[in-house]
Amino acid sequence: MTLPQRKPESMPASSTPRITLSGITKTFPGVRALHKVALELYPGQVTALIGENGAGKSTLVKTMTGIYQPDEGEIRIDGEPVTLSSPHAAFKLGITAIHQETVLFDELSVAENIYLGHAPKTRFKTVDWGLMREKSGKLLKEIGAGHIEPDTRLKDLSIANKHLVAVARALSIDADVVIMDEPTAALSYKEIQDLFELMELLKKNGKAILFISHKFDEIYRIADRYTVFRDGEMVGSGLIADTNQDTIVRMMVGRSVEHVFPKQETTLGETVLTVSGYCHPTEFADINFSLRKGEILGFYGLVGAGRSELMQALIGITKPSKGAVRIGDDIAVIRSPAAAIENGIVYVPEERGKQGVVVDMPIVQNIALPSLRRTSKNGFLRLAEEFALAREYATRLDLRAASLSQNAGTLSGGNQQKVVIAKWLATKPRVIILDEPTKGIDIGSKAAVHAFMSELAAQGLAVIMVSSELPEVMGMSDRIIVMREGRIVTTIEKNDGFDAETLVRAAAGIGEKAA
Amino acid sequence: MTDLAHATRHIPDRLDSPARAALYSWPTLLLIVGIVLFIVNSLASPYFLSPWSLSDATFNFTEKAIIALAMALLIIAGEIDLSVASIIALASTAMGVALQFGVGVPGLVVIGILTGLLCGIFNGFLVTGLGLPSIVVTIGTMSFFRGISYIVLGDQAFKGYPPGFDYFGQGYVWWVVSFEFALFLLFALLYYVLLHHTNFGRQVFTIGNNPVAARFSGVRVERVKFILFCLTGLMSGIAAVLLTSRLASTRPSIAVGWELEVVTMVVLGGVSILGGSGTIQGVVIAAFIMGLVTFGLGLLNVPGIVMSIFIGALLICVIALPIIWSRTRRRATR
Amino acid sequence: MKTVIRSREFWLAAIVAVMVIATNLRAPGFAATDKLAGIFNDTAMLMILALGQMAVILTRSIDLSMASNLALTGMIVALINAAFPAIPIPALMLFACLCGLALGAFNGILIWLLNIPAIVVTLGTLTIYRGIIFLIAGGQWVNADKLSPAFVQYTRIEFLGLPALSWYAIIVAIAFFILMTRTSLGRAIYAVGVNPTASVYAGIDVGRTKFATFLISGLLSGFCGYLWVSRYVIGSVEVAKGYELTIIAACVIGGISISGGVGTVAGALLGALFLGVINSALPVINVSPFWQMAISGAAIILAVVLNARGEKRGSRLILREAEATS
Repeated sequence: MTLPQRKPESMPASSTPRITLSGITKTFPGVRALHKVALELYPGQVTALIGENGAGKSTLVKTMTGIYQPDEGEIRIDGEPVTLSSPHAAFKLGITAIHQETVLFDELSVAENIYLGHAPKTRFKTVDWGLMREKSGKLLKEIGAGHIEPDTRLKDLSIANKHLVAVARALSIDADVVIMDEPTAALSYKEIQDLFELMELLKKNGKAILFISHKFDEIYRIADRYTVFRDGEMVGSGLIADTNQDTIVRMMVGRSVEHVFPKQETTLGETVLTVSGYCHPTEFADINFSLRKGEILGFYGLVGAGRSELMQALIGITKPSKGAVRIGDDIAVIRSPAAAIENGIVYVPEERGKQGVVVDMPIVQNIALPSLRRTSKNGFLRLAEEFALAREYATRLDLRAASLSQNAGTLSGGNQQKVVIAKWLATKPRVIILDEPTKGIDIGSKAAVHAFMSELAAQGLAVIMVSSELPEVMGMSDRIIVMREGRIVTTIEKNDGFDAETLVRAAAGIGEKAA
Repeated sequence: MTDLAHATRHIPDRLDSPARAALYSWPTLLLIVGIVLFIVNSLASPYFLSPWSLSDATFNFTEKAIIALAMALLIIAGEIDLSVASIIALASTAMGVALQFGVGVPGLVVIGILTGLLCGIFNGFLVTGLGLPSIVVTIGTMSFFRGISYIVLGDQAFKGYPPGFDYFGQGYVWWVVSFEFALFLLFALLYYVLLHHTNFGRQVFTIGNNPVAARFSGVRVERVKFILFCLTGLMSGIAAVLLTSRLASTRPSIAVGWELEVVTMVVLGGVSILGGSGTIQGVVIAAFIMGLVTFGLGLLNVPGIVMSIFIGALLICVIALPIIWSRTRRRATR
Repeated sequence: MKTVIRSREFWLAAIVAVMVIATNLRAPGFAATDKLAGIFNDTAMLMILALGQMAVILTRSIDLSMASNLALTGMIVALINAAFPAIPIPALMLFACLCGLALGAFNGILIWLLNIPAIVVTLGTLTIYRGIIFLIAGGQWVNADKLSPAFVQYTRIEFLGLPALSWYAIIVAIAFFILMTRTSLGRAIYAVGVNPTASVYAGIDVGRTKFATFLISGLLSGFCGYLWVSRYVIGSVEVAKGYELTIIAACVIGGISISGGVGTVAGALLGALFLGVINSALPVINVSPFWQMAISGAAIILAVVLNARGEKRGSRLILREAEATS
């Protein structure tokens, strides 16, 4: 492997960018994911890409790795305009990404994962295992991962070690541009420190690195530059040394929080749900909270803080190891979603396409699904009742559809979300849990979902909202619980005033010594 | 999309009338194929149109079709049972053994059906209880069930079923309507109602389309699948009673290869092999088509093996042609 | 060494060995070299076919038409031999391979270009190919007196004490081992099965890879078509009927996961050998051969249960202490 020559030790803004993106726009049906964004990555430097969830970071990564084609804009590598028409094209041009959930092959060996698609060949055009193993071993040693045997199956490695393999793969294809999409999300403190040393090494080798992270201590530890995205636009960039955390947090959450959120004032009623001493062997621990009628309780945290896992345990998808759930005054034993529905707890999942809607079935059947017992008689379907129910909730949620017999998959993301919410409201629940309710949906539908949520609370429903979007969680909640690494770190009442920086700090663990 | 006007808009229930939707559906296409076959057959052979020969024609597909009804539900739910023919063998063997102990007609029927049900429970437990892929599990039980028949019977056969037992496979309910055929029509109606008009049927479709969303929506996915395996076993048990009665004997090689014919019938009937869609009407028409082809060609002295070419080609064509057609149309409109 | 002991193949080999030894205790002489060579020879075709099926299953497909392909190709070469005995047998063998390849290509094209599920396509061609046998042979059998002596000899000639049939299996196994472990195609086959989405990212054409596996299974089926007719000296519509499921059974017992991406050449060979040893052992220990089917059925079920237990995966861990203790 030939590494580009080392850059001199001091390399400020003087060097020319390796890759330049300008005017990149990408629109999905109903959503503008990126709007004329620009990004420059310099050799031998780490640029941090900062932004809330939904700011367009992952769309940008997919554009840079050839998975999406931008509608407009230009990408230049070393000044030459290029087209990234496929993942393979991006790979050939030396761009590689290490994803959040590293996309590699579990059943194949480490060496194969590093060299799949560009394995060294023998004279007979067959894969040269000996050379492949040797080169893998050398690469791994180079990045300080000599403890990983090239022959091990990938699935036998820890997440941290899988990352090291991904890094080795990036080096093996001689990538000039390395994108690291939240590489530290699932790593322990020690492993993160090792990863940073590795990034230093990559820097020394002249790689241009894009580093995506929510954790400010990490950004300050490793990055040379920053670029901030908000709502699909670039709102700022520069040298890390010239700025401070507060400025960046302000850029991130920039817009005024009040204007979009139609939160009505409600008087809170009696306690409906009490969760005490709730634990799971691996996902969360020691969860205590209660929820009152008419309340919207926000759960804020970084991706992977254990919020969705907690909610899924509450509705009986996963089994908790300890703890009790009370509905009103009665202990509720919820071992399946069916039992949760009977107890009046429903869950609008984050993964809408996978867990929420059944895309190939009509809207009416989606909405009626959990209420079948009510719309049917003695187990026999009554279509008129189903349509009546679907019509009622579709109208209440202002669903935009050509007909109720249309397949749910043909709707836009926002309208699919309305179908999922409608489906659950139709069961007349007491507690509704909304997990990232406006993720990936257009602004119009977002507002409608928010308005409706507020209306529900006003009508006496108890609402739990898991959200990673600061304006949303601050605009809608009566109370915010912040979770980090499977535990509740703080609870903030609305009366005490929500403050974006406090929330971000609590979620990211800034201001404490790293755990 | 951004206007936030809160005008209450009316969303129609349907754009097409149900009748119009039915007109463009798979069963309609199949029905046309069926009618064409019927006409061709009646032109090709003067014997075809007699009520008695038509009645005879039903015997070669009713037993398979009875299983196909339950198999359709199972495939719609995203699973498959390849052991059905072996269940017939085992159930028939169980009846034969019972016969040696002098069990009477009602006892034989109960034993046949119960054996089928037990086999279904066994499959259902392996798939839903242990979470194993149904295609391999039932390839295993396929050998296992028929293997037990071979252990019991070797190269022997059970014969000498009591008088009265022959009614199930050879008797007539009314005029030319055989007991088997009447039973098939009854089951077709029951399964039609079960799949298309009950909560259970709706849950079957949901599971086939998206098992995760179904689970999140409170559908007891494993339980529904378990019931479907039991039903398939049960129907195979019933088919075993009919077939044993019709042949008046039990050999371990009884109904060999039927599993693939049953699956063919179901897929031909418009059930997606990937799960999630299909109709009982389609499966019933497909059963008739397969019966017509076999019988019609039989009248023309075409051997059974050649008919299978036709069935196989039909299976591939009815699936491939709509795909090719929609692709060329898409290209044309571009 | 540790990884060898932990592998399924090791345990399967141990089980096969135990079966051989146990049978030998009951019926001394069973483990004699010539007897074992006989078992190997009997299993040769199943091994070749199981390897072809393995390639297909690894990509998350299935080929139900292998036995029909085999029977059809066998009939074609038998008829050619009966009509033109002068054609040299190696040419006929090559023709059998090409013929099988063409039949496999037909499956593969439908699966690749029209995206029809493999199980549907091969269910259709299963009946079509077998039906065509009847058409071309007019319902006749081709038996010993119609076949040339050379045709029959080419599976029987002994070399280093093993019949040619065994050598064919050994050659195919070695070729397959090289294909699966030393070529880009082999690695692509695994990658497609393990993670189709990631394969696209790594620049692999999933459809074309599947197509290639159907070419392989077709080619091997065709080759076995010749072998079958030569060995059993019969070509008929009934040849190898129902054998498609035995082939799949060998793969499943050999630890090849029906959900793709998992399985080795050694596994497929041992799966076939397992069935072969049972076949040969039962009569020797005075168990009726009628037990064979139930035993292989039970073996399949057991294999699936055991494989599934080995495939359980851990989820992502959030809690620090859970990570520390795991």
